[in-house]
Amino acid sequence: MAASSAPRSFLQVAATEEVVSPLRVVQIEGLVILKIIKHCKEFSPALVTGQLLGLDVGSVLEVTNCFPFPIREEDEEIEADGANYQLEMMRCLREVNVDNNTVGWYQSTILGSYQTVELIETFMNYQENIRRCVCIIYDPSRSNQGVLALKALKLSDSFMELYRANSFTGEKLREKNLSWVDIFEEIPIKVSNSALISAFMTELEADTPVTQCDYDRLQLSSNPYMERNMEFLIECMDDLSMEQQKFQYHYRNLSRQQAQQQAWLQKRRAENMARKAAGEEPLPEEDPTNPIFKPIPEPSRLESFLITNQIANYCNQINGVAGQSFNRLYLMKALHDN
Amino acid sequence: MEAGDRTVLQFSTQSTANLSAKVHPLVVFNICDCYVRRPDQAERVIGTLLGSVLSDGTVDIRNSYAVPHTESAEQVALDIEYHHNMLVSHQKVNPKEVIVGWYSTGLGVTGGSALIHDFYSREVPNPVHLTVDTGFRNGEGTIKAYVSVNLALGDRQLAAQFQEIPIDLRMVEAERLGFDILKTTSVDKLPSDLEGMEVTMQRLLALIDDIYKYVDDVVEGRVTADNSIGRFISDTVAALPKLSPPAFDKLVNDSLQDQLLLLYLSSITRTQLGLAEKLNAAAQIL
Repeated sequence: MAASSAPRSFLQVAATEEVVSPLRVVQIEGLVILKIIKHCKEFSPALVTGQLLGLDVGSVLEVTNCFPFPIREEDEEIEADGANYQLEMMRCLREVNVDNNTVGWYQSTILGSYQTVELIETFMNYQENIRRCVCIIYDPSRSNQGVLALKALKLSDSFMELYRANSFTGEKLREKNLSWVDIFEEIPIKVSNSALISAFMTELEADTPVTQCDYDRLQLSSNPYMERNMEFLIECMDDLSMEQQKFQYHYRNLSRQQAQQQAWLQKRRAENMARKAAGEEPLPEEDPTNPIFKPIPEPSRLESFLITNQIANYCNQINGVAGQSFNRLYLMKALHDN
Repeated sequence: MEAGDRTVLQFSTQSTANLSAKVHPLVVFNICDCYVRRPDQAERVIGTLLGSVLSDGTVDIRNSYAVPHTESAEQVALDIEYHHNMLVSHQKVNPKEVIVGWYSTGLGVTGGSALIHDFYSREVPNPVHLTVDTGFRNGEGTIKAYVSVNLALGDRQLAAQFQEIPIDLRMVEAERLGFDILKTTSVDKLPSDLEGMEVTMQRLLALIDDIYKYVDDVVEGRVTADNSIGRFISDTVAALPKLSPPAFDKLVNDSLQDQLLLLYLSSITRTQLGLAEKLNAAAQIL
């Protein structure tokens, strides 16, 4: 009895390990943040990506190191090169005891316009191999405003299932109660540093508050930034209206098809009455070979969701910057009065 | 840096007089991280410094990576192949970064360092040697940089001496923003926009208070007046543009109105989005 209960309890234990605790926090090391900032800044305005390495511990995803990817050409032969580069870097980093585990990737963005289909596809690719992966988005254009724009994103599970099934019709979405807010989940970021580094930094920090002040935050001119934001917003609205038109067209087709079906049905019924009066067999009321019965595919809502997400993002950003500007303007007013 | 024709022992400091190194904090972070992760039997970490040499001769150190090495009392062995592999990989991303020197942790320069410096000087004409004291032996973390200077007697090379050059630790603005969070061992969340504004304004307030106090002290005679500081202060105050109150008010109000308009637009957009989404999702063909 003991022998059979021992393996069973082991199996039970192994079985209960499958429960994955939800990801609650992403813990990043200061080193990774600095590297990301440096890489994105050097190549801005071009968009760059890189790989994140770290550990997956319970409900915390620790990111301990990262390395950048070279700018990938569209050539086929460079693809293999890219994979080689990755393997080489991972192997070299392994030799100096850096965590060899891929936990995601980072990319830079301009003004927050990162919600594209490519992002989702990359997520799905990563998700196949890694149980938990995260994408860190850094916006170098916002650092001129004096804000550290770092975000950790993850695809929500329900969205991933839908994407795998590749069906974005209204029915399915209503079933799952999924709206455009639910596509991406933002995870809070925690920053940690080793004690040695924090000792050094405290040491090297300038003693006077003069050089410490982040003067960039107090800059009054936010107009160019707002202008660009509005431009992007307007473009997105155009895209969204195009998507809406597609839907309208689809609905119009659908209702037209239904009207045609009704008309055909009426005709059939009238014919059947006539046939019954003449004593013949009634014809079937449905005719699957008739083209007007062919179901029209509903256009996918994925694009419109993504665009909606982007618009919401821009709006949020505008709100944030406007709030800051209010502060600055009132400050200036107070100073001037003095 | 060759010595002249005189038969006097020369410390040729002329060429190193204007040589200095600029170190980005990323390099310090990298070195500390590598030190923390070093294998147990190693006492120190050695690695390569990447960067560029600026037009005025300053060496700009921007990146670094560790190189595995074995060290014993008599000899030092460096994994050269690893060093080249990493260099090639790094240059794929950033072809402008070249080797500018090497680093090691621990205070001071040891005998083995000369050999390693020799190796690096074969790659680069004038490598910079950076030491980062992770042991805090002087009671503080010291970072020093050295270049090698040839000591010559007449035409014969006697030895090479490590001579210290000044270091400039600079941070780019984006890094300065994050400096607070980089300083402590852990931060629970990244500060949002408004919190950051608050901190900045508090600092500004502190600065203004300091200046006030200083001016008061000088007026009352508690502190001797320093003319240069006085001039700085008067320059700063004079830098405020002289606008008449109505003009200034108009300016501020115009900007306020612009911002309010944008806020209004974005709120409308969001309402529109919410509405559109409800309509789209709820639409059914009856």
